[in-house]
Amino acid sequence: MTTGEPGQPRTDRSPWNWLLVLPIVLPLLTFLYNADEPRLLGFPLFYWLQIAFIVVGVATTTLVYRMTK
Amino acid sequence: MSAHTTELVVFVVLFLIVSGMGFVAARWRRPNDLASLNEWGLGGRSFGSWITWFLVGGDLYTAYTFVAVPALVFSSGALGFYALPYTVVVYPLVFLVLARMWSVSHVHGFVTPADFVRARFGSPTLALVIAITGLVATMPYIALQLVGIEAVLKAMGITGHLPIIIAFAILAAYTYQSGLRAPALIAFVKDSLIYIVILAAVIYIPAQLGGWDSIFDAAKAKFDATPNQNDGIALTAANQLQYITLAFGSALALFLYPHSLTGVLASKNRNVIKRNMSALPAYSFLLGLIALLGFMAIAAGTKPVTTDGKADTNTIVPVLFDQMFPDWFAGVAYAAVGIGALVPAAIMSIAAANLFTRNIYREYINKDATDAQEANVSKLVSLVVKVGAVLCILLLDPQFSIDLQLIGGVIILQTLPSVALGLYTRWFHKGGLIAGWAAGLAAGMWMLYLIPNPANGKQHFGGSAFGLQNLGFDTTMTIYAGFLALAVNLVVAVIGTLIFRAAKVADGEDATRRGDYFADEGDPDVKDLDLAGSH
Repeated sequence: MTTGEPGQPRTDRSPWNWLLVLPIVLPLLTFLYNADEPRLLGFPLFYWLQIAFIVVGVATTTLVYRMTK
Repeated sequence: MSAHTTELVVFVVLFLIVSGMGFVAARWRRPNDLASLNEWGLGGRSFGSWITWFLVGGDLYTAYTFVAVPALVFSSGALGFYALPYTVVVYPLVFLVLARMWSVSHVHGFVTPADFVRARFGSPTLALVIAITGLVATMPYIALQLVGIEAVLKAMGITGHLPIIIAFAILAAYTYQSGLRAPALIAFVKDSLIYIVILAAVIYIPAQLGGWDSIFDAAKAKFDATPNQNDGIALTAANQLQYITLAFGSALALFLYPHSLTGVLASKNRNVIKRNMSALPAYSFLLGLIALLGFMAIAAGTKPVTTDGKADTNTIVPVLFDQMFPDWFAGVAYAAVGIGALVPAAIMSIAAANLFTRNIYREYINKDATDAQEANVSKLVSLVVKVGAVLCILLLDPQFSIDLQLIGGVIILQTLPSVALGLYTRWFHKGGLIAGWAAGLAAGMWMLYLIPNPANGKQHFGGSAFGLQNLGFDTTMTIYAGFLALAVNLVVAVIGTLIFRAAKVADGEDATRRGDYFADEGDPDVKDLDLAGSH
């Protein structure tokens, strides 16, 4: 890992970190997904949308990791 | 019994191969000697991204999870699916926190969360409280891994306790010899098997049952027919709050468990941890699919194994496999669950042993313990812990372990202000933290005590869904007891801190510096530790 600018104390602060809020909050908003219809490949909304949140989680953590490394 | 011979042979063969690997693991990534906690207890603190992924994944997603989550979905429907949002929320939540924990632990040589608390707040008492909380929360978890193995054995028609005694004796022997290297190596096999089995299951079984549509419709029909208002394939007005507080509360608790941190501290740098936070959700996907096995069992008309007149819903997945898969593949599936129990059981017993060694033995019994003495004590304690877990299952009703694990989740959350918030702020007074912990613990126990379970006729400790009507609200809504207990904890910790400050009660010294929280592999401080270790 690269060290920070010389003379500047290291930190883990970055505006990119705010992106992490998205996958934390989305899965907790039950009104988004608490329904049977529309179904996708036979899966009720409740199940396929929550599984889709995994993709959001992976995308945001990967992006934040890349941008702050 | 004879109907299960093929399954049994496959199960035993895979189990023995893995046991052999456990013993060989001592020579894997060859250390000069294993006689320190950095080596025995943390695998040399040198694991890269892949090993960490398998190790932490194998540790967090336990055999018990694999049988209990679908069992919950089978009996209550959508509520059991909380395991999915739980494991989506957790990684972004701890992304920055764990990197800080890694850094400060490497600079100071911490092995347990209580080590950190001891240094950060300068309070042996607070550290002891954190260590004991960790021990109490971890012990029943180990016992529950045995419940996971028992569930597959029952499905193969094997009853009696001898097989799990043998399995745990083998586990104890190779953990003693190889330390964290054993579960790290075995995790490769365990997780590969689990991935294969589950992917096969979600493709093969729905095809047999007429597709996903009919699986969900069968589940809906079952739940519509029950008198229970709170089951169904979607949430109800009464259990939505429970669903999200349980998911969020469990996410907050997960990395407070000492065994989760063990895997994190064994990684070689900060980037390994961050990369894993984006890679571990692959297991969440798997867990989501596993949860849906509960619905498949409904559609397939699976009946749980009944012993002494009591139906054991934990057997629902093994019985489903027996019903749907050819014998040899059911054997592979059972082995996946059985081996799946060994990895977390090994890591948990190592974590519990490290807690005892670092925060009780070294703090109170032998202050000048050498590295070798610490490693020896940990090895012995890891044996004691496993014997304790087996005795729990043999002598007590397994329900007792399940209750304890439920309580464990609530009480481990009470270490959050000291351990997790402590990584960010030194604002709290050690006295305030202890007061908050005690208040949260008391509130949590009181709430759990009040929760009945109508399904099995239990009056107390019947679940984690606390009815808000107990607090005088006119509602049927429920909330996760641990979440409410944590809120009490935080309020008391804040008020306590203000009072202790106002009364000018002496606070402990902080042995850490700001820069310690961002240190990484290659820094002078971190390198020193490596030299003291194996290299």
